[in-house]
Amino acid sequence: MAKVLMKGNEAIGEAAIRAGCKNYFAYPITPQSEVAEYLCKRLPEVDGVFVQGESEVAVGYMIFGAAGCGERVMTTSSSPGISLMSEAISYIAAAHCPAVFVNIVRGGPGLGGILPSQGDYFQATKGGGHGDYRLLVLAPDGVQEAVEMTMQAFTLAEKYRAPIMILGDGLIGQMMEPVEFRDDLKTEPTNKDDWATNGMGTRKSDTRNLVKSLFLDPQELNNNNLRLKAKYEQMKKEEVQFELYNADTDYQALIISYGTMSRVCRTSIDTMKAEGLEVAMLRPKTLFPFPEKAIFDAANKESCKSVLSIEMSMGQMVEDVERCVKGQRPVHWYGECGGDVPTPEAIVQVVKDSLK
Amino acid sequence: MQTEIKFAGFGGQGILLSAKLLAYAAMKQGSQVAWIPSYGPEMRGGTAYCTVVISDRLIGSPIIKNPTHLVAMNRPSLEKFANDIKPDGIILINSSLIPVRSNREDITELIVPANDAAIKVGSVKCANIIALSSFAAKSKLVDLDILKECVKEEFSSKPKIIPLNMDAFDEGVNIARQS
Repeated sequence: MAKVLMKGNEAIGEAAIRAGCKNYFAYPITPQSEVAEYLCKRLPEVDGVFVQGESEVAVGYMIFGAAGCGERVMTTSSSPGISLMSEAISYIAAAHCPAVFVNIVRGGPGLGGILPSQGDYFQATKGGGHGDYRLLVLAPDGVQEAVEMTMQAFTLAEKYRAPIMILGDGLIGQMMEPVEFRDDLKTEPTNKDDWATNGMGTRKSDTRNLVKSLFLDPQELNNNNLRLKAKYEQMKKEEVQFELYNADTDYQALIISYGTMSRVCRTSIDTMKAEGLEVAMLRPKTLFPFPEKAIFDAANKESCKSVLSIEMSMGQMVEDVERCVKGQRPVHWYGECGGDVPTPEAIVQVVKDSLK
Repeated sequence: MQTEIKFAGFGGQGILLSAKLLAYAAMKQGSQVAWIPSYGPEMRGGTAYCTVVISDRLIGSPIIKNPTHLVAMNRPSLEKFANDIKPDGIILINSSLIPVRSNREDITELIVPANDAAIKVGSVKCANIIALSSFAAKSKLVDLDILKECVKEEFSSKPKIIPLNMDAFDEGVNIARQS
Protein backbone atom coordinates (compact mmCIF):
# COMPACT_ATOMS: atom_id res chain seq x y z
CA MET A 1 0.00 0.00 0.00
CA ALA A 2 1.18 3.51 -0.82
CA LYS A 3 2.27 5.81 1.96
CA VAL A 4 -0.02 8.60 3.04
CA LEU A 5 0.81 11.78 4.90
CA MET A 6 -1.11 11.83 8.16
CA LYS A 7 -1.22 13.55 11.50
CA GLY A 8 -0.32 11.20 14.36
CA ASN A 9 -3.72 11.55 15.98
CA GLU A 10 -5.61 10.72 12.79
CA ALA A 11 -3.23 7.87 12.00
CA ILE A 12 -3.88 6.31 15.43
CA GLY A 13 -7.61 6.50 14.70
CA GLU A 14 -7.20 4.85 11.33
CA ALA A 15 -4.90 2.18 12.82
CA ALA A 16 -7.62 1.25 15.33
CA ILE A 17 -10.10 0.79 12.50
CA ARG A 18 -7.62 -1.31 10.52
CA ALA A 19 -7.10 -3.44 13.64
CA GLY A 20 -10.81 -4.19 13.75
CA CYS A 21 -11.78 -1.87 16.60
CA LYS A 22 -15.42 -0.84 16.32
CA ASN A 23 -15.86 0.72 19.72
CA TYR A 24 -14.34 4.04 20.63
CA PHE A 25 -15.38 6.19 23.56
CA ALA A 26 -13.65 9.43 24.40
CA TYR A 27 -13.82 12.89 25.84
CA PRO A 28 -12.02 15.70 24.00
CA ILE A 29 -8.77 17.14 25.34
CA THR A 30 -5.84 18.86 23.64
CA PRO A 31 -3.52 17.61 22.14
CA GLN A 32 -5.40 14.47 21.05
CA SER A 33 -8.90 15.68 20.10
CA GLU A 34 -8.27 14.94 16.41
CA VAL A 35 -8.51 11.20 17.17
CA ALA A 36 -12.14 11.68 18.21
CA GLU A 37 -12.78 14.06 15.32
CA TYR A 38 -11.40 11.49 12.89
CA LEU A 39 -13.15 8.47 14.38
CA CYS A 40 -16.57 10.08 14.74
CA LYS A 41 -16.55 10.43 10.95
CA ARG A 42 -14.84 7.15 10.19
CA LEU A 43 -16.46 4.66 12.61
CA PRO A 44 -20.00 4.84 11.16
CA GLU A 45 -18.51 3.84 7.80
CA VAL A 46 -17.46 0.48 9.31
CA ASP A 47 -20.58 0.01 11.45
CA GLY A 48 -18.63 1.09 14.50
CA VAL A 49 -19.70 3.11 17.51
CA PHE A 50 -18.36 6.40 18.83
CA VAL A 51 -19.73 7.85 22.02
CA GLN A 52 -18.46 11.06 23.54
CA GLY A 53 -18.79 10.45 27.25
CA GLU A 54 -19.82 13.15 29.68
CA SER A 55 -16.40 12.91 31.33
CA GLU A 56 -13.29 10.76 31.28
CA VAL A 57 -14.57 8.93 34.35
CA ALA A 58 -17.61 7.83 32.37
CA VAL A 59 -15.48 6.96 29.35
CA GLY A 60 -13.30 4.70 31.51
CA TYR A 61 -16.35 2.64 32.49
CA MET A 62 -17.75 2.60 28.95
CA ILE A 63 -14.44 0.98 28.01
CA PHE A 64 -14.85 -1.50 30.88
CA GLY A 65 -18.34 -2.36 29.68
CA ALA A 66 -17.33 -3.00 26.08
CA ALA A 67 -14.17 -4.83 27.14
CA GLY A 68 -16.22 -7.04 29.46
CA CYS A 69 -18.27 -8.05 26.43
CA GLY A 70 -15.04 -9.05 24.70
CA GLU A 71 -15.29 -6.29 22.09
CA ARG A 72 -12.23 -4.56 20.65
CA VAL A 73 -12.33 -1.16 22.31
CA MET A 74 -10.10 1.89 22.55
CA THR A 75 -10.03 5.33 24.07
CA THR A 76 -7.59 8.17 23.63
CA SER A 77 -6.94 11.00 26.01
CA SER A 78 -4.22 13.20 27.39
CA SER A 79 -2.67 13.33 30.84
CA PRO A 80 -5.44 14.85 33.07
CA GLY A 81 -7.99 12.69 31.25
CA ILE A 82 -5.97 9.54 31.92
CA SER A 83 -5.84 10.46 35.61
CA LEU A 84 -9.64 10.48 35.62
CA MET A 85 -9.76 7.11 33.84
CA SER A 86 -7.23 5.50 36.14
CA GLU A 87 -9.83 4.06 38.52
CA ALA A 88 -11.50 2.23 35.64
CA ILE A 89 -8.13 1.05 34.33
CA SER A 90 -7.46 -0.59 37.69
CA TYR A 91 -10.89 -2.31 37.56
CA ILE A 92 -10.29 -3.46 33.97
CA ALA A 93 -6.91 -4.92 34.91
CA ALA A 94 -8.41 -6.66 37.97
CA ALA A 95 -11.24 -8.11 35.88
CA HIS A 96 -8.85 -9.37 33.15
CA CYS A 97 -10.41 -7.45 30.28
CA PRO A 98 -8.62 -6.42 27.06
CA ALA A 99 -8.68 -2.71 26.18
CA VAL A 100 -6.44 -0.12 24.53
CA PHE A 101 -5.70 3.25 26.15
CA VAL A 102 -3.77 5.92 24.27
CA ASN A 103 -2.21 8.77 26.23
CA ILE A 104 -0.99 11.67 24.08
CA VAL A 105 0.90 13.19 26.97
CA ARG A 106 0.88 16.91 27.72
CA GLY A 107 2.76 18.81 30.40
CA GLY A 108 1.63 18.46 34.02
CA PRO A 109 1.00 18.21 36.88
CA GLY A 110 -2.49 19.65 37.26
CA LEU A 111 -3.89 21.17 34.11
CA GLY A 112 -0.27 21.90 33.18
CA GLY A 113 0.02 22.86 29.54
CA ILE A 114 -0.87 21.44 26.15
CA LEU A 115 2.63 20.98 24.77
CA PRO A 116 4.48 17.63 24.58
CA SER A 117 5.82 16.01 27.74
CA GLN A 118 6.86 12.64 29.12
CA GLY A 119 5.73 13.47 32.64
CA ASP A 120 3.31 10.54 32.78
CA TYR A 121 6.03 7.85 32.79
CA PHE A 122 5.37 6.95 36.42
CA GLN A 123 1.61 7.05 35.93
CA ALA A 124 1.83 4.68 32.96
CA THR A 125 4.44 2.25 34.23
CA LYS A 126 3.94 2.23 37.99
CA GLY A 127 0.22 2.36 38.38
CA GLY A 128 -1.89 5.47 38.05
CA GLY A 129 -4.79 3.57 39.51
CA HIS A 130 -4.75 1.58 42.75
CA GLY A 131 -3.70 -1.95 43.48
CA ASP A 132 -1.22 -4.52 42.22
CA TYR A 133 -1.59 -4.13 38.50
CA ARG A 134 0.71 -3.11 35.67
CA LEU A 135 0.07 -1.84 32.18
CA LEU A 136 1.97 -3.04 29.17
CA VAL A 137 3.20 0.32 27.87
CA LEU A 138 4.25 0.91 24.26
CA ALA A 139 6.14 4.12 23.42
CA PRO A 140 6.21 5.11 19.72
CA ASP A 141 8.85 7.53 18.38
CA GLY A 142 6.87 8.75 15.40
CA VAL A 143 3.67 8.44 13.43
CA GLN A 144 4.53 5.16 11.68
CA GLU A 145 5.39 3.45 14.93
CA ALA A 146 2.26 4.89 16.58
CA VAL A 147 0.24 3.16 13.87
CA GLU A 148 2.04 -0.15 14.26
CA MET A 149 1.85 -0.11 18.05
CA THR A 150 -1.84 0.77 18.01
CA MET A 151 -2.51 -2.25 15.82
CA GLN A 152 -0.30 -4.52 17.95
CA ALA A 153 -1.94 -3.23 21.13
CA PHE A 154 -5.24 -4.94 20.30
CA THR A 155 -3.45 -8.25 19.78
CA LEU A 156 -1.54 -7.87 23.04
CA ALA A 157 -4.66 -6.82 24.93
CA GLU A 158 -6.34 -10.07 23.88
CA LYS A 159 -3.25 -12.22 24.39
CA TYR A 160 -3.02 -11.09 28.03
CA ARG A 161 -6.64 -10.07 28.56
CA ALA A 162 -5.28 -6.85 29.99
CA PRO A 163 -5.36 -3.10 29.37
CA ILE A 164 -2.53 -1.90 27.14
CA MET A 165 -1.29 1.68 27.02
CA ILE A 166 0.27 3.62 24.15
CA LEU A 167 2.31 6.44 25.61
CA GLY A 168 2.81 9.12 22.97
CA ASP A 169 3.21 12.85 23.40
CA GLY A 170 1.72 16.01 21.96
CA LEU A 171 4.27 16.17 19.18
CA ILE A 172 3.56 12.66 17.93
CA GLY A 173 -0.15 13.47 17.97
CA GLN A 174 0.19 16.75 16.09
CA MET A 175 3.00 15.96 13.66
CA MET A 176 2.36 14.68 10.12
CA GLU A 177 4.59 11.95 8.72
CA PRO A 178 4.23 9.42 5.93
CA VAL A 179 2.53 6.26 7.14
CA GLU A 180 1.79 2.85 5.81
CA PHE A 181 -0.94 0.64 7.26
CA ARG A 182 0.31 -2.92 7.30
CA ASP A 183 -2.49 -5.42 6.95
CA ASP A 184 -0.29 -8.15 8.39
CA LEU A 185 -0.52 -6.48 11.81
CA LYS A 186 -4.23 -7.17 12.00
CA THR A 187 -5.11 -10.29 13.94
CA GLU A 188 -8.37 -12.18 14.24
CA PRO A 189 -10.14 -11.69 17.57
CA THR A 190 -9.55 -14.52 20.01
CA ASN A 191 -12.46 -16.66 21.19
CA LYS A 192 -14.03 -14.83 24.12
CA ASP A 193 -16.89 -17.20 24.84
CA ASP A 194 -15.22 -18.76 27.87
CA TRP A 195 -14.93 -15.50 29.76
CA ALA A 196 -16.79 -12.52 28.24
CA THR A 197 -20.25 -11.43 29.28
CA ASN A 198 -21.41 -11.49 25.69
CA GLY A 199 -24.80 -13.10 26.27
CA MET A 200 -25.81 -16.76 26.51
CA GLY A 201 -27.39 -16.72 23.07
CA THR A 202 -24.13 -17.03 21.18
CA ARG A 203 -22.49 -19.58 23.46
CA LYS A 204 -22.69 -23.35 23.62
CA SER A 205 -21.86 -23.57 27.35
CA ASP A 206 -24.65 -23.13 29.89
CA THR A 207 -22.45 -21.76 32.70
CA ARG A 208 -22.60 -18.01 32.97
CA ASN A 209 -19.49 -15.87 32.65
CA LEU A 210 -18.67 -13.33 35.31
CA VAL A 211 -16.49 -10.24 34.89
CA LYS A 212 -15.68 -8.73 38.27
CA SER A 213 -13.04 -7.03 40.37
CA LEU A 214 -14.50 -7.57 43.85
CA PHE A 215 -12.93 -10.48 45.74
CA LEU A 216 -13.90 -10.32 49.42
CA ASP A 217 -12.36 -13.67 50.24
CA PRO A 218 -8.67 -12.99 51.00
CA GLN A 219 -7.53 -16.21 49.42
CA GLU A 220 -9.51 -15.48 46.27
CA LEU A 221 -8.09 -11.94 46.05
CA ASN A 222 -4.58 -13.21 46.60
CA ASN A 223 -5.10 -15.74 43.83
CA ASN A 224 -6.32 -13.02 41.49
CA ASN A 225 -3.21 -10.99 42.24
CA LEU A 226 -1.03 -14.05 41.64
CA ARG A 227 -2.77 -14.54 38.33
CA LEU A 228 -2.06 -10.90 37.41
CA LYS A 229 1.55 -11.30 38.51
CA ALA A 230 1.94 -14.35 36.30
CA LYS A 231 0.84 -12.27 33.31
CA TYR A 232 3.35 -9.54 34.07
CA GLU A 233 6.11 -12.11 34.42
CA GLN A 234 5.15 -13.52 31.03
CA MET A 235 5.21 -10.00 29.53
CA LYS A 236 8.74 -9.53 30.90
CA LYS A 237 9.80 -12.72 29.13
CA GLU A 238 7.98 -12.23 25.83
CA GLU A 239 7.20 -8.60 25.12
CA VAL A 240 10.34 -6.51 25.76
CA GLN A 241 11.05 -4.31 22.74
CA PHE A 242 13.89 -1.85 22.28
CA GLU A 243 16.11 -0.40 19.57
CA LEU A 244 19.85 0.24 19.66
CA TYR A 245 21.45 3.14 17.81
CA ASN A 246 25.17 3.47 17.08
CA ALA A 247 25.79 0.66 19.55
CA ASP A 248 28.22 -1.30 17.37
CA THR A 249 30.90 1.31 18.14
CA ASP A 250 33.22 1.73 21.13
CA TYR A 251 30.85 4.27 22.56
CA GLN A 252 31.89 6.36 25.54
CA ALA A 253 28.40 7.22 26.69
CA LEU A 254 25.04 5.47 26.52
CA ILE A 255 21.79 7.41 26.24
CA ILE A 256 18.50 5.85 27.31
CA SER A 257 15.62 7.76 25.77
CA TYR A 258 12.19 7.01 24.31
CA GLY A 259 9.54 8.56 22.10
CA THR A 260 10.02 12.04 20.64
CA MET A 261 12.97 12.65 22.94
CA SER A 262 14.89 9.73 21.42
CA ARG A 263 14.70 11.34 17.98
CA VAL A 264 16.33 14.48 19.27
CA CYS A 265 19.00 12.28 20.89
CA ARG A 266 19.59 10.55 17.55
CA THR A 267 20.41 13.91 15.98
CA SER A 268 22.79 14.69 18.88
CA ILE A 269 24.50 11.31 18.44
CA ASP A 270 25.02 12.03 14.72
CA THR A 271 26.51 15.44 15.57
CA MET A 272 28.91 13.95 18.12
CA LYS A 273 29.89 11.15 15.75
CA ALA A 274 30.88 13.76 13.15
CA GLU A 275 33.08 15.34 15.83
CA GLY A 276 34.67 11.97 16.62
CA LEU A 277 32.80 11.20 19.84
CA GLU A 278 30.95 7.89 19.78
CA VAL A 279 27.72 7.76 21.79
CA ALA A 280 25.10 5.02 21.64
CA MET A 281 21.43 4.99 22.45
CA LEU A 282 19.10 2.33 23.72
CA ARG A 283 15.51 3.29 23.01
CA PRO A 284 12.93 1.35 25.01
CA LYS A 285 9.88 0.68 22.83
CA THR A 286 8.15 -0.99 25.76
CA LEU A 287 8.35 0.99 29.01
CA PHE A 288 6.77 -1.91 30.86
CA PRO A 289 8.20 -4.47 30.45
CA PHE A 290 11.41 -2.41 30.61
CA PRO A 291 14.50 -3.65 28.72
CA GLU A 292 16.34 -4.34 31.96
CA LYS A 293 18.95 -6.80 30.81
CA ALA A 294 19.67 -4.97 27.55
CA ILE A 295 20.36 -1.75 29.47
CA PHE A 296 22.62 -3.56 31.94
CA ASP A 297 24.57 -5.17 29.09
CA ALA A 298 24.84 -1.97 27.03
CA ALA A 299 25.98 0.05 30.06
CA ASN A 300 28.63 -2.53 30.90
CA LYS A 301 30.46 -2.29 27.59
CA GLU A 302 34.07 -1.57 28.48
CA SER A 303 34.31 1.69 26.52
CA CYS A 304 31.16 3.10 28.16
CA LYS A 305 31.89 5.57 30.96
CA SER A 306 28.56 7.22 31.47
CA VAL A 307 24.84 6.45 31.18
CA LEU A 308 22.26 9.19 30.66
CA SER A 309 18.50 9.03 30.97
CA ILE A 310 17.20 11.82 28.76
CA GLU A 311 13.48 12.43 29.09
CA MET A 312 10.88 15.19 28.96
CA SER A 313 10.21 14.85 32.66
CA MET A 314 11.94 15.87 35.85
CA GLY A 315 13.59 12.48 36.25
CA GLN A 316 11.22 9.52 36.18
CA MET A 317 12.64 6.89 33.84
CA VAL A 318 16.08 7.57 35.35
CA GLU A 319 14.96 5.59 38.43
CA ASP A 320 14.43 2.51 36.27
CA VAL A 321 17.70 3.12 34.44
CA GLU A 322 19.56 3.28 37.75
CA ARG A 323 17.86 0.07 38.81
CA CYS A 324 19.02 -1.66 35.61
CA VAL A 325 22.59 -0.33 35.62
CA LYS A 326 22.97 -1.62 39.21
CA GLY A 327 25.65 0.89 40.13
CA GLN A 328 28.09 -0.34 37.48
CA ARG A 329 28.30 3.09 35.79
CA PRO A 330 27.39 6.64 36.84
CA VAL A 331 23.82 7.42 35.75
CA HIS A 332 22.87 11.00 34.84
CA TRP A 333 19.54 12.60 34.14
CA TYR A 334 18.67 15.44 31.80
CA GLY A 335 15.30 16.76 30.82
CA GLU A 336 12.84 19.58 30.47
CA CYS A 337 9.11 19.38 30.87
CA GLY A 338 7.52 22.75 30.35
CA GLY A 339 6.60 21.85 26.80
CA ASP A 340 9.84 22.85 25.08
CA VAL A 341 11.61 19.76 23.79
CA PRO A 342 15.32 19.81 24.73
CA THR A 343 17.46 20.73 21.73
CA PRO A 344 20.10 18.48 20.14
CA GLU A 345 22.73 21.07 21.13
CA ALA A 346 21.75 20.94 24.80
CA ILE A 347 21.99 17.15 24.77
CA VAL A 348 25.44 17.23 23.15
CA GLN A 349 26.58 19.50 26.00
CA VAL A 350 25.08 17.28 28.68
CA VAL A 351 26.72 14.16 27.24
CA LYS A 352 30.11 15.88 27.04
CA ASP A 353 29.77 17.18 30.61
CA SER A 354 28.99 13.68 31.83
CA LEU A 355 32.33 12.48 30.43
CA LYS A 356 34.44 15.14 32.17
CA MET B 1 21.07 16.02 3.19
CA GLN B 2 18.25 17.66 5.17
CA THR B 3 16.31 20.83 4.41
CA GLU B 4 13.92 22.57 6.78
CA ILE B 5 11.37 25.14 5.72
CA LYS B 6 9.45 27.34 8.13
CA PHE B 7 6.08 28.66 6.99
CA ALA B 8 4.77 31.51 9.09
CA GLY B 9 1.87 33.94 9.06
CA PHE B 10 -1.42 34.53 10.79
CA GLY B 11 -4.21 32.00 11.24
CA GLY B 12 -6.47 31.76 8.20
CA GLN B 13 -3.73 32.43 5.64
CA GLY B 14 -3.43 28.77 4.77
CA ILE B 15 0.03 28.42 6.30
CA LEU B 16 -0.45 24.86 7.51
CA LEU B 17 -1.94 23.83 4.19
CA SER B 18 0.85 25.18 1.97
CA ALA B 19 3.39 23.51 4.26
CA LYS B 20 1.49 20.24 4.03
CA LEU B 21 1.41 20.43 0.23
CA LEU B 22 5.17 20.88 0.09
CA ALA B 23 5.68 17.91 2.44
CA TYR B 24 3.27 15.84 0.38
CA ALA B 25 5.13 16.57 -2.88
CA ALA B 26 8.48 15.76 -1.29
CA MET B 27 7.07 12.49 0.04
CA LYS B 28 5.84 11.59 -3.45
CA GLN B 29 9.37 12.17 -4.71
CA GLY B 30 10.60 9.57 -2.23
CA SER B 31 12.02 11.81 0.49
CA GLN B 32 11.52 11.39 4.22
CA VAL B 33 9.29 14.18 5.45
CA ALA B 34 7.82 15.55 8.65
CA TRP B 35 5.30 18.35 9.10
CA ILE B 36 5.45 19.91 12.51
CA PRO B 37 2.89 22.55 13.49
CA SER B 38 3.45 24.88 16.40
CA TYR B 39 0.20 24.07 18.08
CA GLY B 40 -1.18 26.07 20.95
CA PRO B 41 -4.38 27.71 22.08
CA GLU B 42 -4.63 29.39 18.69
CA MET B 43 -7.48 30.98 16.77
CA ARG B 44 -8.28 32.58 13.45
CA GLY B 45 -6.22 35.72 13.16
CA GLY B 46 -3.65 34.45 15.66
CA THR B 47 -0.18 33.34 14.69
CA ALA B 48 0.42 30.13 12.75
CA TYR B 49 3.82 28.56 12.26
CA CYS B 50 4.74 25.26 10.78
CA THR B 51 7.98 23.52 9.85
CA VAL B 52 8.50 21.01 7.08
CA VAL B 53 11.57 18.77 7.20
CA ILE B 54 12.68 17.07 3.99
CA SER B 55 15.51 14.56 4.19
CA ASP B 56 17.13 11.73 2.30
CA ARG B 57 17.42 9.73 5.53
CA LEU B 58 15.34 9.02 8.62
CA ILE B 59 14.46 12.31 10.29
CA GLY B 60 15.89 12.72 13.78
CA SER B 61 14.85 15.69 15.85
CA PRO B 62 11.61 17.18 14.57
CA ILE B 63 12.33 20.33 16.58
CA ILE B 64 14.16 22.79 14.33
CA LYS B 65 15.70 25.94 15.79
CA ASN B 66 17.46 27.15 12.64
CA PRO B 67 15.56 26.27 9.47
CA THR B 68 17.14 26.42 6.03
CA HIS B 69 14.40 28.60 4.50
CA LEU B 70 11.53 30.84 5.58
CA VAL B 71 8.22 31.65 3.94
CA ALA B 72 6.99 34.76 5.77
CA MET B 73 3.39 35.71 5.04
CA ASN B 74 3.11 38.60 7.50
CA ARG B 75 5.36 41.13 9.18
CA PRO B 76 5.53 39.66 12.71
CA SER B 77 6.65 36.35 11.19
CA LEU B 78 9.49 37.94 9.27
CA GLU B 79 10.63 39.95 12.26
CA LYS B 80 10.44 36.94 14.54
CA PHE B 81 12.19 34.35 12.37
CA ALA B 82 14.44 36.14 9.83
CA ASN B 83 17.48 35.88 12.09
CA ASP B 84 16.97 32.17 12.73
CA ILE B 85 17.44 31.19 9.09
CA LYS B 86 20.73 29.51 8.18
CA PRO B 87 23.12 31.42 5.87
CA ASP B 88 22.48 30.84 2.14
CA GLY B 89 18.79 30.16 2.76
CA ILE B 90 15.83 31.72 0.99
CA ILE B 91 13.49 34.11 2.77
CA LEU B 92 10.24 34.61 0.92
CA ILE B 93 8.65 37.92 1.87
CA ASN B 94 4.97 38.48 1.18
CA SER B 95 5.48 42.11 0.14
CA SER B 96 1.72 42.76 -0.03
CA LEU B 97 1.65 42.73 3.76
CA ILE B 98 5.30 43.27 4.70
CA PRO B 99 6.76 46.71 4.00
CA VAL B 100 10.18 45.85 5.50
CA ARG B 101 13.00 43.47 4.49
CA SER B 102 15.04 40.88 6.37
CA ASN B 103 18.24 42.95 6.85
CA ARG B 104 20.23 39.83 6.07
CA GLU B 105 23.09 39.94 3.54
CA ASP B 106 23.81 36.21 3.66
CA ILE B 107 20.47 34.92 2.42
CA THR B 108 18.44 35.25 -0.77
CA GLU B 109 15.32 37.34 -0.49
CA LEU B 110 12.42 36.35 -2.69
CA ILE B 111 9.94 39.22 -2.83
CA VAL B 112 6.45 38.00 -3.69
CA PRO B 113 3.37 40.27 -3.54
CA ALA B 114 1.28 37.20 -2.77
CA ASN B 115 -1.96 38.90 -1.73
CA ASP B 116 -1.96 41.39 -4.64
CA ALA B 117 -1.17 38.66 -7.13
CA ALA B 118 -3.88 36.48 -5.63
CA ILE B 119 -6.48 39.23 -5.99
CA LYS B 120 -5.44 39.62 -9.61
CA VAL B 121 -5.85 35.91 -10.21
CA GLY B 122 -9.29 35.93 -8.66
CA SER B 123 -9.25 35.57 -4.87
CA VAL B 124 -7.02 36.69 -2.05
CA LYS B 125 -7.57 33.24 -0.51
CA CYS B 126 -5.05 31.68 -2.87
CA ALA B 127 -2.15 33.87 -1.70
CA ASN B 128 -0.75 30.82 0.08
CA ILE B 129 -0.63 28.84 -3.16
CA ILE B 130 1.17 31.71 -4.90
CA ALA B 131 3.74 31.84 -2.10
CA LEU B 132 4.12 28.07 -2.17
CA SER B 133 4.73 27.77 -5.90
CA SER B 134 7.03 30.80 -5.91
CA PHE B 135 9.08 29.30 -3.13
CA ALA B 136 9.16 25.89 -4.81
CA ALA B 137 10.25 27.39 -8.13
CA LYS B 138 13.04 29.38 -6.50
CA SER B 139 14.31 26.68 -4.12
CA LYS B 140 13.90 23.78 -6.59
CA LEU B 141 13.21 21.53 -3.60
CA VAL B 142 10.44 19.62 -5.32
CA ASP B 143 9.34 18.96 -8.88
CA LEU B 144 6.81 21.65 -9.83
CA ASP B 145 4.57 19.24 -11.74
CA ILE B 146 4.32 16.92 -8.75
CA LEU B 147 3.59 19.84 -6.46
CA LYS B 148 0.93 21.16 -8.80
CA GLU B 149 -0.66 17.72 -8.85
CA CYS B 150 -0.69 17.74 -5.04
CA VAL B 151 -2.50 21.09 -5.04
CA LYS B 152 -5.05 19.67 -7.44
CA GLU B 153 -5.57 16.58 -5.29
CA GLU B 154 -5.96 18.69 -2.17
CA PHE B 155 -8.91 20.51 -3.72
CA SER B 156 -10.41 17.43 -5.37
CA SER B 157 -13.48 17.65 -3.12
CA LYS B 158 -14.04 21.26 -4.24
CA PRO B 159 -13.53 21.03 -8.02
CA LYS B 160 -14.90 24.56 -8.54
CA ILE B 161 -11.83 26.17 -7.02
CA ILE B 162 -9.25 24.00 -8.78
CA PRO B 163 -8.86 26.31 -11.82
CA LEU B 164 -8.35 29.32 -9.54
CA ASN B 165 -5.64 27.50 -7.61
CA MET B 166 -4.00 26.25 -10.82
CA ASP B 167 -3.82 29.85 -12.07
CA ALA B 168 -2.44 30.95 -8.74
CA PHE B 169 0.17 28.20 -8.92
CA ASP B 170 1.33 29.33 -12.38
CA GLU B 171 1.38 32.97 -11.32
CA GLY B 172 3.57 32.13 -8.33
CA VAL B 173 6.04 30.30 -10.57
CA ASN B 174 6.14 33.30 -12.94
CA ILE B 175 6.87 35.71 -10.12
CA ALA B 176 9.79 33.56 -8.95
CA ARG B 177 11.19 33.26 -12.47
CA GLN B 178 11.04 37.01 -13.03
CA SER B 179 12.69 37.81 -9.73
